[in-house]
Amino acid sequence: MTQHTPVLIVLLPVSAALLCMLFSRIQKNLGSWIVIASIFGAFLSAVNVLQQVLAQGGQAVHYWMGNWQPPLGIEFVIDPLSGMLAVLATFISLLVSIYSRPFIKDEDWLHIGGYYTLFGLMTVGMCGMIITGDVFNLYVFLEVMSLSGYGLIALGGKKSMLAAFRYLLIGTIGASLYLLGIGYMYSMTGTLNMADMAVRAAAHLHSPLFALAVGCFIIGFGIKMALFPLHGWQPDAYTYAHPGAAGFIAGIMSKVPAYAMIRFLFYMFGVDNPVVSSALDVLGVLGVAGILIGSIMALAQFDFRRMLAYSSVAQIGYIAIGLAMGNMYGFIGAVLHIVNHAFMKCALFLVIGGIQYRFGEVNLYRLGGMNKKMAISSITVTFAALSMIGIPPTAGFFSKWYLLLGAYTGAQYFYIAVLVISSLLNAIYFFRILEQMFIQREASLTEVHKHKGKLGLPVEMVIPILITGVGIVVLGFYSVDIVTGIIKLGLPEVFLR
Amino acid sequence: MTILDCRPFLAVGVSFLAAILIAFSRRYPNVRESWSVIASFIKCGIILSMVPAVLDGNYYEWTLCQLTDTVGFTLRTDPAGMVFAVLASILWVLINFYSIGYMRCNKEKEQTGYFAAFAICMSAVMGIAMAENLLTFFLFYEMLTLASYPLVLHKRNEEALMASRKYLIYTLISGQLFLAGIVIVYCISGTMSFNAGGFLNTSMAPKWVLEVCFALLILAGSVKAAVMPLHGWLPAAMIAPTPVSALLHAVAVVKTGVFCVLRVIGFVFGPKLLAELGIVDVLAWAAAISIIVSSLIALRQDHLKRRLAFSTVGQLSYIVLGAALLTPLSIKGAYLHLVAHAVMKITLFMCAGLIIARTHRNNISELYGIGKKLPITMACFTIASLGVAGMPFLVGFVSKWNLALGALQAGKPLYVLVWVASALLAAAYLMPVCQMVYFRRDPQEHLREYGEVSYRMLIPICITTAMAIVLGVMPNIYPHFYQLATMAADAICVGWNGGWL
Repeated sequence: MTQHTPVLIVLLPVSAALLCMLFSRIQKNLGSWIVIASIFGAFLSAVNVLQQVLAQGGQAVHYWMGNWQPPLGIEFVIDPLSGMLAVLATFISLLVSIYSRPFIKDEDWLHIGGYYTLFGLMTVGMCGMIITGDVFNLYVFLEVMSLSGYGLIALGGKKSMLAAFRYLLIGTIGASLYLLGIGYMYSMTGTLNMADMAVRAAAHLHSPLFALAVGCFIIGFGIKMALFPLHGWQPDAYTYAHPGAAGFIAGIMSKVPAYAMIRFLFYMFGVDNPVVSSALDVLGVLGVAGILIGSIMALAQFDFRRMLAYSSVAQIGYIAIGLAMGNMYGFIGAVLHIVNHAFMKCALFLVIGGIQYRFGEVNLYRLGGMNKKMAISSITVTFAALSMIGIPPTAGFFSKWYLLLGAYTGAQYFYIAVLVISSLLNAIYFFRILEQMFIQREASLTEVHKHKGKLGLPVEMVIPILITGVGIVVLGFYSVDIVTGIIKLGLPEVFLR
Repeated sequence: MTILDCRPFLAVGVSFLAAILIAFSRRYPNVRESWSVIASFIKCGIILSMVPAVLDGNYYEWTLCQLTDTVGFTLRTDPAGMVFAVLASILWVLINFYSIGYMRCNKEKEQTGYFAAFAICMSAVMGIAMAENLLTFFLFYEMLTLASYPLVLHKRNEEALMASRKYLIYTLISGQLFLAGIVIVYCISGTMSFNAGGFLNTSMAPKWVLEVCFALLILAGSVKAAVMPLHGWLPAAMIAPTPVSALLHAVAVVKTGVFCVLRVIGFVFGPKLLAELGIVDVLAWAAAISIIVSSLIALRQDHLKRRLAFSTVGQLSYIVLGAALLTPLSIKGAYLHLVAHAVMKITLFMCAGLIIARTHRNNISELYGIGKKLPITMACFTIASLGVAGMPFLVGFVSKWNLALGALQAGKPLYVLVWVASALLAAAYLMPVCQMVYFRRDPQEHLREYGEVSYRMLIPICITTAMAIVLGVMPNIYPHFYQLATMAADAICVGWNGGWL
């Protein structure tokens, strides 16, 4: 039985999502519960597969769809890195799927069913992108993720239509560039299987087509992960996305393309060839620019969600410079930051979603006295903010620590200065919020959804908020286990030589 | 010998636990404050129980978990750390009672948050005192910054807001630079564990790298230690309630600053390397200048707490200067002054707080004749003032004597003049207060008193005054601060005599 668990990560949510409308027609909540249960199943399978991988000492688990052997058939490959990210994606997806129920509980079956169908498909797309071992299959899952993402963003209300449409246009360019890139690679190597392509590409590393393909990948994934200056779609999309799903969209959707980029640059091509290393230099410059400009733009925002969106641009910059360092510590820092930032950003979006749910307010200067009204959410924001700034022992500190080590060992002292400045800018805009929430006089807010009781929000919303908040600190203390127990087991070969 | 024992973590954890309990007993003030008191006694007991073994030259050490792939979350009790830990834990017990009295007497708001934040600060201080490596140290250092931030902000008004922002700006910037510094230290040496006498040497990196690194590390300490020109936050932070000023801004926060300086000089770089680098002279000059300038500024302050704040700036620079002279005696004097200044300044602040609570007067020029109304308080104030001025048989003298000898040992007798001048200036800015309260009459004759005599406030003042006298006469009485300081200084300066005599 356990040999089939890899496929369950994708198979369970995809079947539940497709059947969701049918069940919703029968009973309007049934579909949503089935999707949530399927995501839970996917999460358990992901954990199980990761355990298998770790039990084998980091040896990848391969699954051949329909038992067609690679390079002909499609295979799923779960190594420590993809296993960890699959667990992360399904876990966050599970939390947010439970969290978003109160937002649409009162709608009719069509809305509930539609929402959860999109949600399930987005989970499928992400998990598929993470575990696939086939470059074209990755494109398919990328489109599944993006299309359902456009839908979820468009569900957010009036302004979201435009945001979603804009994202659709730009995102399609990104996906097409990726397709073009694999086209070039296919023309050179004649294979679509990642492992096979990695072997065969070695002979073509100096061909101009290869450089073109790498350029396509960088721009394509750069658009999808909102790397500066390709982030134009992202602030609007995050701001106006459906408030229930925003935590998921902002937490994971931009990380999966980053992972795909890591897969191509570090695992398939290797960072020691001239084309990739000059691509990394470009990535580093863009990362630095993103960190600085994203942080400064975040300072200028009044809308909490928009501020978080710009802060995401900056945080993607962290990942980009980590990769650009091209050494082991930088790589560890970047991967760890993918995990940490998913938690932090998800926590923050869940909280602002909760505030929006109860008070219909997103202006960060109108959050006075929130510590009394929503105590758990305020504490979660505090942890997340400290983690964003990089204060130990919260998770964000540790990814920053490895990034700093990477910067020094790579003799790229400039990055140290950038990271320090970025932390301070983060401190400015997050302490602004903490001051509002804890110190300022209570803002007079009208309750959209009345809620009595101590928690301040429905239980389904409080528990995910609490889990992400506590998770930030727990991740901090367990970061060393993630680093030595998972990431170091699956380092790209380049660093092992 | 190293003893594996989790007591250091218990000492840190007990007040952390207390903070959580305090937060949950918001409704019951007596329960809430008894958590704080119980935690302070337990913490003090745990710390004192470790003193005998440390005096015998042993270390307690415990690693809770790994922080990064190579660095542990480790606490370890060495003599230098014990000086600070013992001092802070004893004073926390006293200040706890004082806080309860003061907060109730003034009917302050947000007392739950106050006591919780206070308890977390004490956890952080213990962690700083016993941290075994730079990363653990940094963790608690940032924790202290964040936990003391709400205390500065306690009054929740515009002025407090500005003061707290200023505080954060100073401390967070220096904290991040410190982080950059420890990254460099780790990358050039491959270790971060404090080692008496330092673990860096010139073969590890070019001189300029070491100098940059020293500047980054020392900057963080100097900001918290309020060495001029980095002192701006300290007088502003005096907006906080007086017990906070007393414990945090005279004992805990600023002392972690000087403790950080001592750790960096003694346990990361080591006197030998620093004597070679020469950059430490810059620090010595900055400290000497801030001793004189802050005393001059203190002369002009009318607000009692601000005058004490500037006095603190000067006194802390004594310690920094002692550390920067790099001789066995001056470093011993620095550790002793860490204790001495804490005992004296906490007394002065507690007296100031009692005056504020009882008469609602903040300015020195309004304190006509209150010596008659508050005789015991003002007697204690006078004794502590004499101590700050360095009178023999009071605790301040012992440390200054050692510091002055250290300056001679370093072959820099000019610094002795700095100390003499500063002692005279200290007398000049504190004695007029005593003269005011005893010998001047209120022209308007209507000194109103508020509240009752609060023994919760008065008794801690008397105890710290007694400590100031006893430690002045018998410096090595239990808990053996003198011996601990000597051990710390000897360990740092093993095989190094200051390079002159």
